[in-house]
Amino acid sequence: MSFFDVLAISGSGMHAQMIRMNATSSNLANVGVAASSAEEAYKAKRAVFRTIYDTSAEDYKASVGVEDVVHADRPNERRFEPGNPLANEDGYIYISNVNSIEEMMDMQMSSRAYQANVEVINTAKKLVLNTLRLGK
Amino acid sequence: MPLLSNPFGVHERALALRDQRSTILAANMANVDTPNYKARDINFREILEGASNPNMMDLTHREHMNTEFGASGDILKYRMPSAPSLNGNTVEMDVEQGQYADNAMRYQATLTFLNSKISGITKALRGE
Repeated sequence: MSFFDVLAISGSGMHAQMIRMNATSSNLANVGVAASSAEEAYKAKRAVFRTIYDTSAEDYKASVGVEDVVHADRPNERRFEPGNPLANEDGYIYISNVNSIEEMMDMQMSSRAYQANVEVINTAKKLVLNTLRLGK
Repeated sequence: MPLLSNPFGVHERALALRDQRSTILAANMANVDTPNYKARDINFREILEGASNPNMMDLTHREHMNTEFGASGDILKYRMPSAPSLNGNTVEMDVEQGQYADNAMRYQATLTFLNSKISGITKALRGE
Protein backbone atom coordinates (compact mmCIF):
# COMPACT_ATOMS: atom_id res chain seq x y z
CA MET A 1 0.00 0.00 0.00
CA SER A 2 1.59 3.23 -1.18
CA PHE A 3 -0.15 5.39 1.39
CA PHE A 4 2.42 4.25 3.91
CA ASP A 5 5.09 5.54 1.54
CA VAL A 6 3.24 8.86 1.53
CA LEU A 7 3.74 9.07 5.29
CA ALA A 8 7.48 8.44 4.88
CA ILE A 9 7.88 10.92 2.00
CA SER A 10 5.91 13.73 3.64
CA GLY A 11 7.69 12.98 6.92
CA SER A 12 11.04 13.50 5.20
CA GLY A 13 9.70 16.76 3.77
CA MET A 14 8.67 17.94 7.24
CA HIS A 15 12.04 17.00 8.67
CA ALA A 16 13.89 18.91 5.94
CA GLN A 17 11.71 22.00 6.40
CA MET A 18 12.31 21.81 10.15
CA ILE A 19 16.10 21.91 9.62
CA ARG A 20 15.63 24.87 7.30
CA MET A 21 13.53 26.63 9.94
CA ASN A 22 16.25 25.96 12.53
CA ALA A 23 18.78 27.68 10.25
CA THR A 24 16.37 30.59 9.80
CA SER A 25 15.83 31.03 13.53
CA SER A 26 19.61 30.95 14.14
CA ASN A 27 19.96 33.66 11.51
CA LEU A 28 17.21 35.81 12.98
CA ALA A 29 18.65 35.47 16.48
CA ASN A 30 21.98 36.73 15.17
CA VAL A 31 20.77 39.84 13.35
CA GLY A 32 23.15 42.70 14.08
CA VAL A 33 25.52 40.67 16.26
CA ALA A 34 29.04 42.11 16.21
CA ALA A 35 32.48 40.45 16.16
CA SER A 36 36.06 41.67 16.07
CA SER A 37 37.03 40.25 12.66
CA ALA A 38 35.33 39.36 9.37
CA GLU A 39 36.16 35.67 9.89
CA GLU A 40 34.58 35.54 13.34
CA ALA A 41 31.45 37.48 12.33
CA TYR A 42 28.24 35.46 11.98
CA LYS A 43 27.32 34.42 8.44
CA ALA A 44 23.75 33.62 7.45
CA LYS A 45 23.13 29.87 7.11
CA ARG A 46 20.91 28.30 4.51
CA ALA A 47 19.87 24.64 4.10
CA VAL A 48 20.16 23.15 0.60
CA PHE A 49 17.78 20.29 -0.16
CA ARG A 50 18.38 17.22 -2.25
CA THR A 51 16.00 14.57 -3.62
CA ILE A 52 16.58 11.03 -2.38
CA TYR A 53 15.28 8.48 -4.88
CA ASP A 54 14.47 5.06 -3.50
CA THR A 55 15.61 2.82 -6.35
CA SER A 56 14.81 -0.37 -4.46
CA ALA A 57 11.08 0.48 -4.42
CA GLU A 58 8.89 -0.72 -7.26
CA ASP A 59 6.97 2.55 -7.41
CA TYR A 60 8.27 6.06 -7.78
CA LYS A 61 9.49 7.18 -4.37
CA ALA A 62 11.33 10.48 -4.01
CA SER A 63 11.85 11.76 -0.49
CA VAL A 64 13.86 14.83 0.43
CA GLY A 65 16.90 15.37 2.60
CA VAL A 66 19.27 18.17 3.53
CA GLU A 67 22.36 18.02 1.33
CA ASP A 68 24.31 20.76 3.06
CA VAL A 69 24.02 23.92 5.13
CA VAL A 70 25.83 26.69 3.27
CA HIS A 71 26.85 30.20 4.33
CA ALA A 72 25.70 33.33 2.55
CA ASP A 73 28.73 34.85 0.78
CA ARG A 74 27.68 38.47 1.27
CA PRO A 75 30.55 40.44 2.90
CA ASN A 76 30.08 41.34 6.57
CA GLU A 77 29.49 45.02 7.19
CA ARG A 78 32.45 46.85 8.83
CA ARG A 79 31.62 49.63 11.23
CA PHE A 80 33.88 52.13 13.03
CA GLU A 81 33.03 51.89 16.75
CA PRO A 82 36.16 52.41 18.83
CA GLY A 83 34.18 52.41 22.10
CA ASN A 84 32.84 48.89 21.50
CA PRO A 85 34.63 46.27 23.65
CA LEU A 86 34.69 43.95 20.61
CA ALA A 87 36.43 46.50 18.38
CA ASN A 88 39.81 45.51 16.95
CA GLU A 89 42.97 47.62 17.30
CA ASP A 90 41.84 49.91 14.45
CA GLY A 91 38.48 50.47 16.12
CA TYR A 92 36.34 48.44 13.72
CA ILE A 93 33.63 45.86 14.45
CA TYR A 94 32.10 43.41 11.96
CA ILE A 95 28.32 42.89 11.86
CA SER A 96 26.62 39.59 10.91
CA ASN A 97 25.48 39.48 7.26
CA VAL A 98 21.88 38.40 7.99
CA ASN A 99 19.13 40.13 6.03
CA SER A 100 16.12 39.91 8.33
CA ILE A 101 13.55 40.55 5.56
CA GLU A 102 14.99 37.67 3.54
CA GLU A 103 14.87 35.45 6.62
CA MET A 104 11.25 36.32 7.41
CA MET A 105 10.27 35.38 3.86
CA ASP A 106 12.23 32.14 4.02
CA MET A 107 10.53 31.28 7.31
CA GLN A 108 7.12 31.95 5.77
CA MET A 109 7.92 29.67 2.82
CA SER A 110 9.15 26.79 4.93
CA SER A 111 6.16 27.05 7.24
CA ARG A 112 3.80 26.85 4.24
CA ALA A 113 5.65 23.83 2.86
CA TYR A 114 5.57 22.17 6.29
CA GLN A 115 1.81 22.71 6.53
CA ALA A 116 1.27 21.27 3.07
CA ASN A 117 3.12 18.10 4.10
CA VAL A 118 0.98 17.82 7.24
CA GLU A 119 -2.18 18.11 5.13
CA VAL A 120 -0.93 15.36 2.81
CA ILE A 121 -0.34 13.05 5.78
CA ASN A 122 -3.78 13.81 7.24
CA THR A 123 -5.53 13.00 3.95
CA ALA A 124 -3.50 9.81 3.47
CA LYS A 125 -4.31 8.71 7.02
CA LYS A 126 -8.03 9.24 6.47
CA LEU A 127 -7.97 7.24 3.25
CA VAL A 128 -6.05 4.36 4.83
CA LEU A 129 -8.58 4.15 7.66
CA ASN A 130 -11.46 4.20 5.17
CA THR A 131 -9.79 1.44 3.15
CA LEU A 132 -9.42 -0.70 6.26
CA ARG A 133 -13.15 -0.39 6.86
CA LEU A 134 -13.94 -1.56 3.31
CA GLY A 135 -16.89 -3.97 3.21
CA LYS A 136 -18.03 -3.30 6.77
CA MET B 1 -22.57 -14.48 -13.69
CA PRO B 2 -20.43 -11.36 -14.05
CA LEU B 3 -21.44 -9.96 -10.66
CA LEU B 4 -19.77 -12.80 -8.79
CA SER B 5 -16.94 -13.78 -11.16
CA ASN B 6 -15.55 -10.26 -11.37
CA PRO B 7 -17.45 -8.25 -8.78
CA PHE B 8 -15.18 -5.21 -8.63
CA GLY B 9 -14.33 -4.84 -12.32
CA VAL B 10 -11.99 -1.99 -13.12
CA HIS B 11 -12.37 -0.36 -9.70
CA GLU B 12 -9.88 -2.66 -8.04
CA ARG B 13 -7.22 -1.51 -10.48
CA ALA B 14 -8.32 2.11 -10.21
CA LEU B 15 -7.90 1.98 -6.44
CA ALA B 16 -4.32 0.68 -6.74
CA LEU B 17 -3.47 3.32 -9.33
CA ARG B 18 -4.86 6.16 -7.23
CA ASP B 19 -2.83 4.79 -4.34
CA GLN B 20 0.36 4.87 -6.43
CA ARG B 21 -0.40 8.32 -7.77
CA SER B 22 -0.72 9.70 -4.24
CA THR B 23 2.92 8.71 -3.61
CA ILE B 24 4.07 10.59 -6.70
CA LEU B 25 2.14 13.73 -5.76
CA ALA B 26 3.35 13.57 -2.16
CA ALA B 27 6.94 13.31 -3.44
CA ASN B 28 6.37 16.40 -5.58
CA MET B 29 5.11 18.36 -2.59
CA ALA B 30 7.93 17.18 -0.33
CA ASN B 31 10.42 18.39 -2.95
CA VAL B 32 8.89 21.83 -3.43
CA ASP B 33 12.12 23.58 -2.40
CA THR B 34 14.67 21.12 -3.82
CA PRO B 35 16.81 22.73 -6.55
CA ASN B 36 16.46 21.09 -9.98
CA TYR B 37 13.69 18.68 -8.92
CA LYS B 38 11.25 17.99 -11.74
CA ALA B 39 7.61 17.32 -10.83
CA ARG B 40 6.30 13.94 -12.07
CA ASP B 41 2.84 12.54 -12.64
CA ILE B 42 1.06 9.74 -14.47
CA ASN B 43 -1.74 9.84 -17.00
CA PHE B 44 -4.37 7.97 -15.03
CA ARG B 45 -6.83 7.44 -17.88
CA GLU B 46 -4.14 6.13 -20.25
CA ILE B 47 -2.93 3.52 -17.78
CA LEU B 48 -6.41 2.45 -16.77
CA GLU B 49 -7.41 2.00 -20.40
CA GLY B 50 -4.28 -0.10 -20.86
CA ALA B 51 -5.33 -2.18 -17.85
CA SER B 52 -8.79 -2.89 -19.21
CA ASN B 53 -7.37 -3.62 -22.66
CA PRO B 54 -7.29 -7.40 -23.19
CA ASN B 55 -4.42 -7.04 -25.70
CA MET B 56 -2.01 -5.86 -23.02
CA MET B 57 0.96 -8.17 -22.68
CA ASP B 58 1.24 -10.29 -19.54
CA LEU B 59 4.40 -10.63 -17.47
CA THR B 60 4.90 -14.39 -17.43
CA HIS B 61 8.66 -14.40 -16.87
CA ARG B 62 10.79 -12.42 -14.48
CA GLU B 63 12.95 -11.15 -17.36
CA HIS B 64 9.91 -9.59 -19.01
CA MET B 65 9.92 -5.82 -19.03
CA ASN B 66 7.34 -4.17 -16.87
CA THR B 67 5.82 -1.44 -19.02
CA GLU B 68 3.99 0.18 -16.14
CA PHE B 69 6.43 1.90 -13.82
CA GLY B 70 10.18 1.96 -13.62
CA ALA B 71 12.12 0.29 -16.45
CA SER B 72 10.68 2.08 -19.47
CA GLY B 73 9.74 5.20 -17.56
CA ASP B 74 7.50 6.55 -20.30
CA ILE B 75 4.40 6.13 -18.13
CA LEU B 76 5.86 8.37 -15.46
CA LYS B 77 5.74 11.77 -17.12
CA TYR B 78 7.10 15.22 -16.32
CA ARG B 79 4.74 18.02 -15.48
CA MET B 80 5.06 21.17 -17.60
CA PRO B 81 5.30 24.18 -15.28
CA SER B 82 3.26 27.28 -16.08
CA ALA B 83 6.18 29.52 -15.11
CA PRO B 84 9.90 28.72 -15.00
CA SER B 85 11.78 29.13 -11.72
CA LEU B 86 15.40 30.15 -11.19
CA ASN B 87 16.42 27.04 -9.25
CA GLY B 88 15.22 24.63 -11.93
CA ASN B 89 12.40 23.26 -9.78
CA THR B 90 9.13 22.62 -11.63
CA VAL B 91 6.86 21.94 -8.62
CA GLU B 92 3.96 24.35 -8.30
CA MET B 93 2.42 23.92 -4.88
CA ASP B 94 -1.13 24.95 -5.84
CA VAL B 95 -1.22 22.57 -8.80
CA GLU B 96 0.08 19.68 -6.71
CA GLN B 97 -2.32 20.36 -3.87
CA GLY B 98 -5.23 20.50 -6.28
CA GLN B 99 -4.20 17.26 -7.94
CA TYR B 100 -3.67 15.56 -4.59
CA ALA B 101 -7.12 16.62 -3.36
CA ASP B 102 -8.67 15.45 -6.63
CA ASN B 103 -6.87 12.12 -6.36
CA ALA B 104 -7.96 11.63 -2.74
CA MET B 105 -11.57 12.49 -3.60
CA ARG B 106 -11.68 10.02 -6.47
CA TYR B 107 -10.05 7.35 -4.30
CA GLN B 108 -12.81 7.92 -1.76
CA ALA B 109 -15.41 7.70 -4.53
CA THR B 110 -14.02 4.35 -5.67
CA LEU B 111 -14.05 3.15 -2.07
CA THR B 112 -17.69 4.15 -1.70
CA PHE B 113 -18.53 2.36 -4.93
CA LEU B 114 -16.77 -0.81 -3.79
CA ASN B 115 -18.53 -0.63 -0.42
CA SER B 116 -21.96 -0.45 -2.00
CA LYS B 117 -21.03 -3.28 -4.38
CA ILE B 118 -19.97 -5.47 -1.45
CA SER B 119 -23.10 -4.75 0.55
CA GLY B 120 -25.19 -5.41 -2.59
CA ILE B 121 -23.58 -8.81 -3.12
CA THR B 122 -23.98 -9.69 0.57
CA LYS B 123 -27.65 -8.80 0.36
CA ALA B 124 -28.09 -10.90 -2.78
CA LEU B 125 -26.35 -13.91 -1.19
CA ARG B 126 -28.48 -13.68 1.95
CA GLY B 127 -31.61 -13.38 -0.15
CA GLU B 128 -33.03 -10.73 2.11
